[in-house]
Amino acid sequence: MRALDTLGMSVQAIARNKLRSFLTTLGIIIGVASVVAMVHLGQSATRSVTEQIASIGSNLLFVMPGTAQRGPGGLRTSAENFELGDVEAIRNEVAGILVAPALTTSATVVIGNANDTIPVIGTTNDYFAVRNHYLDYGREFEDSEQSAGAAVCIIGKTLIEEMFLGQEPLGANIRVGRTACRVIGVLVEKGESMGQDRDKIILMPVKAVQRRLVGELDVSAIYVSALVDGTTGLVQAQIESLLRQRRNPAAGGADDFYVRDTQDIAQTLESTTNTLTVLLGAIAAVSLLVGGIGIMNIMLVSVTERTREIGIRLAIGARARDVLTQFLVESIALSTLGGIIGLIVGVGGTWLVTWQLDMPFVVSPAVMAVGFTFSVAIGVIFGYFPARKAAMLNPIDALRHE
Amino acid sequence: MGPVNVGVSEISQSSPCVVEARDIYKIYGSGATEVRALDGVSLNIRAGEFVAIMGPSGSGKSTCMNILGCLDVPSSGEYRFRGVEVGGLNRDELALLRRNFMGFVFQSFNLLPRTSALSNVELPLIYEGVRPAQRHELAMQALTTVGLADRAHATSAQLSGGQQQRVAIARALVTEPPLLLADEPTGNLDTAMAGEIMKELVSIREQRGITILMVTHEPDIARYADRVLFFTDGKLVRDGTPSEVIP
Ligand SMILES: Nc1ncnc2c1ncn2[C@@H]1O[C@H](COP(=O)(O)OP(=O)(O)O)[C@@H](O)[C@H]1O
Ligand SMILES: [Mg+2]
Repeated sequence: MRALDTLGMSVQAIARNKLRSFLTTLGIIIGVASVVAMVHLGQSATRSVTEQIASIGSNLLFVMPGTAQRGPGGLRTSAENFELGDVEAIRNEVAGILVAPALTTSATVVIGNANDTIPVIGTTNDYFAVRNHYLDYGREFEDSEQSAGAAVCIIGKTLIEEMFLGQEPLGANIRVGRTACRVIGVLVEKGESMGQDRDKIILMPVKAVQRRLVGELDVSAIYVSALVDGTTGLVQAQIESLLRQRRNPAAGGADDFYVRDTQDIAQTLESTTNTLTVLLGAIAAVSLLVGGIGIMNIMLVSVTERTREIGIRLAIGARARDVLTQFLVESIALSTLGGIIGLIVGVGGTWLVTWQLDMPFVVSPAVMAVGFTFSVAIGVIFGYFPARKAAMLNPIDALRHE
Repeated sequence: MGPVNVGVSEISQSSPCVVEARDIYKIYGSGATEVRALDGVSLNIRAGEFVAIMGPSGSGKSTCMNILGCLDVPSSGEYRFRGVEVGGLNRDELALLRRNFMGFVFQSFNLLPRTSALSNVELPLIYEGVRPAQRHELAMQALTTVGLADRAHATSAQLSGGQQQRVAIARALVTEPPLLLADEPTGNLDTAMAGEIMKELVSIREQRGITILMVTHEPDIARYADRVLFFTDGKLVRDGTPSEVIP
């Protein structure tokens, strides 16, 4: 028997029962589509995290008070904040860096009739370079404003859009907490990053935030940027030993501060998305398995239904292996067809979701190949048993079957 | 409708035996429920003979024919087909024997549903591995032989019973087998159509010298054969010319 004829017979059998064939392959279509979409979306999420981390600023170190365990949901204990002296010490002792203090709080902001709660960061002019977030127009803080803690502020673009309603922001007076504050500059637009609007922000001189908003003379974080690539490790070690001296924790006790670099954060997030990808992929794989069982079920029904046909074929000279191949090829053709449709649906779904969520669209040939191979393999595995059942039929019993 | 006398004289006693069966038993069940479908049957069929198997319902006609056609295996006994001991062959060898040496026609036609007459006739050639172009040609020739060339693309549902049986005959003959086995080929047809089918078989036999083994319980149909075997309760009880056997 020629291979092409075997294929032709199977295609005819599939075409003869179009609706049933479609419903049979539906399980495989859904299975392959969800595996492909899940894994692709996972890769896309990882890519988008990586891109966002890069936009925050590479070579960036966050120095935070307290202790933190690595990983998501790690335990954090609070500790005393830093002093401005710590920032100065780091600036003076560690070479090749930019450093900016940050005292972060949030305040009710009133602009004309609009009011909202906005994150406020007390910092210095080094913030722009360290956080890779520069002035669009207006001016930086003047030295006198910094030392006096003057009520001046630099605002993000979201405030202009949502609260200024088209008015000229520069020189305007806005209320931040209980302080009237003059706008002197506007930051460039950064967009959203990890669910946070990075343009919904107000920068003020650190002393202004300390005295006018928080009422404490400390700093809640220190941002450090290494000027030379690949030196963050060294910089981190220097900062750690310096702060250990300065903060002088209980002998033998753990540090009451920690340094995180963006690389760490990226890794944490990536491992989270990877875990999610594996989990969703596993669920999708189960649906693929269910699809395979669906194929087996229909093939078994089909063998029973076509017992007489099998008897006729055996009577006119089909060998057991001819019948076996016919049914096996039929189930492989069904599952492969389902696999191909599933790939198309999966990639289409991925494209739709990434387009809607503004994520990068990733298509991995490896994932496609695995999805396709699996669908073919499922046809072989779940088609074999029904095909064998058909091939083992006794010609005369099969012919007598009603 | 009278008997048609076909060159019986041409089949001499020296023609080789196509079928040689010795002490064939086919027993279903055991103990009290035991059924002896065949109870020690021995018979020879020579090349070119047209043999009818007669007998009441349940006498083992079909069972005998299925065993001689290698669709079924006997419980015991020896069966030689063209000198080859069939008992020693495996499933696939039996399939090849059917493919190359036998053609089957059944009472219920047994065409593949929703498949054209042409495709049905082509089916045995597909299993032989014949290429499509040659396959079409041979199948069309076979359909022409049975007078159905113009209905080649009709499916079984679009054909009358007589036409379906002609397609089945074309399918049985397309591989040019030396032996044609027919189990009540006219059983589902009215008298007129039955006569046409029988004339078809007789003319094919005249053209090709094919050996025919046919089961029937109708004396009028059996008279087309040149030898009648009469079965009762799984035993071969009479063997002779139609006029000798049929009362
Ligand atoms: N598969 C089977 N299982 C049990 N008994 C069977 C089977 N096939 C045939 N028989 C029995 O064998 C006997 C002969 O059957 P069969 O050859 O079909 O008779 P006929 O064709 O002469 O009417 C019957 O009694 C029938 O009931
Ligand atoms: Mg019968």
